[in-house]
Amino acid sequence: MADPTARVLVVDDNKVNRLLLSRNVQMQGHRAELAENGRAALEMLRHEPFDLLLLDIEMPEMDGFAVLEQLKADPQLRDLPVIVTSSLEGLDNIVRCIGLGAEDYLHKPVNPVLLKARIGASLEKKRLRDQQKELVRRFATSEVAQDLQQSGFALGGKRVHASVMFSDIRGFTALVESQPPEETIELLNTYYTLMFDAISGHGGVVNQMIGDGLMALFGAPLPLDDCAGSAVAAALEMIELIEQFNLERSAAQKPAIRIGIGIATGDVVAGYTGTQQRATYTCIGDTVNLAARLEAHTKVAGRGILIDEDTQRALGGVRTEPLGAVPFKGKAAAVEIFAVATGQPA
Amino acid sequence: MDESVIDKAVYAELQDAAGAEFVAELVGTFLEEAPGMLAELRRARAENHAERFRRAAHSLKSNGNTFGASKLAALARELELKGLDADPARDTSALVALEAEYARAAAALKDLRHG
Repeated sequence: MADPTARVLVVDDNKVNRLLLSRNVQMQGHRAELAENGRAALEMLRHEPFDLLLLDIEMPEMDGFAVLEQLKADPQLRDLPVIVTSSLEGLDNIVRCIGLGAEDYLHKPVNPVLLKARIGASLEKKRLRDQQKELVRRFATSEVAQDLQQSGFALGGKRVHASVMFSDIRGFTALVESQPPEETIELLNTYYTLMFDAISGHGGVVNQMIGDGLMALFGAPLPLDDCAGSAVAAALEMIELIEQFNLERSAAQKPAIRIGIGIATGDVVAGYTGTQQRATYTCIGDTVNLAARLEAHTKVAGRGILIDEDTQRALGGVRTEPLGAVPFKGKAAAVEIFAVATGQPA
Repeated sequence: MDESVIDKAVYAELQDAAGAEFVAELVGTFLEEAPGMLAELRRARAENHAERFRRAAHSLKSNGNTFGASKLAALARELELKGLDADPARDTSALVALEAEYARAAAALKDLRHG
């Protein structure tokens, strides 16, 4: 059961109105904070969490219409339910409030019974919306969730410059066969926790997990200044985290694990693919295929991290070793590849 | 006391909803704030500032309605809707009427608060 006590911000330039509204809110078991005008209210909303806003329209400094506009433009605040309480004259003003995203309009003096019903309904709606957002967050990355919230859902992609990373655990099949399934699940959970941490710490987004393998994007859905540098920095941190994890494993008499990472940089088409009912955010294009081939090639080359030429060119200060041109399946010409120096034993 | 100044039903409803003690305090707040709003109306009239004139009238209307001071609210609403009149003398006489009504409402509210 959710906490029935909500934090409500009451904004009104008139002291009598302010005190009376906050009294009503408190008598309904909620907590009320007060602001004297729109500017002060926005300041508070941007620094403290609130569940509901009771907003007057006619105010000096910044009026209620301007507050509604600013809330609508702010990704953090756009979902905050707002009940407008005003004694504005004219239906067009009320229509304007609703058009600007206000949940409801109550004419002043506010009837306390009506206010209670409206507050209850708004909080319930917010609870459902929060629940929905939480679900989206769990099954998509926060970047994708934000992208979905801002631009809505549409199948189809756009061309972006990005670095694509593939990573997997070497010899995973043998490892799975040598231990009970519970242990494998536990290993995968730890592994994914570490990898997610390294990747998102460098601005990347994990967009697919298949068994022990993962695919990550740097530069989509949100643009990244130095996508190649970020991807390689994340890869180095992933290897380092795995080394630390191996110390724990060897202390517990368990075999060390090794990972292989392939990174390619270039133009990709990123967007939602699937059907209207079920879709996933992904990237397609040559760059994606190449990154997958590079990752597979780490076993052949005996290196932890392999990158393509476009990634290598964008790097500064990272030690790389040219391994020459390699003919990859599906590629007409052989591709120059580079190994990034790591501490991981080959 | 003049029964027509404050609508007793509205005042009683307010007491029911917010508590008599709280309403007594709220009346106190109104009596502190209202003279400032009346002065603001005069100032806005003198400086020919339509926006401030309308806002002060709006505020008085809103509070008048809260306490059941129906006539005060009606006079304030007229000023809010009309805005600054092109004829300052007419506004000033409307302001005088509003101030007189406020004096009556304030006296009645003081009685009710102690009653």
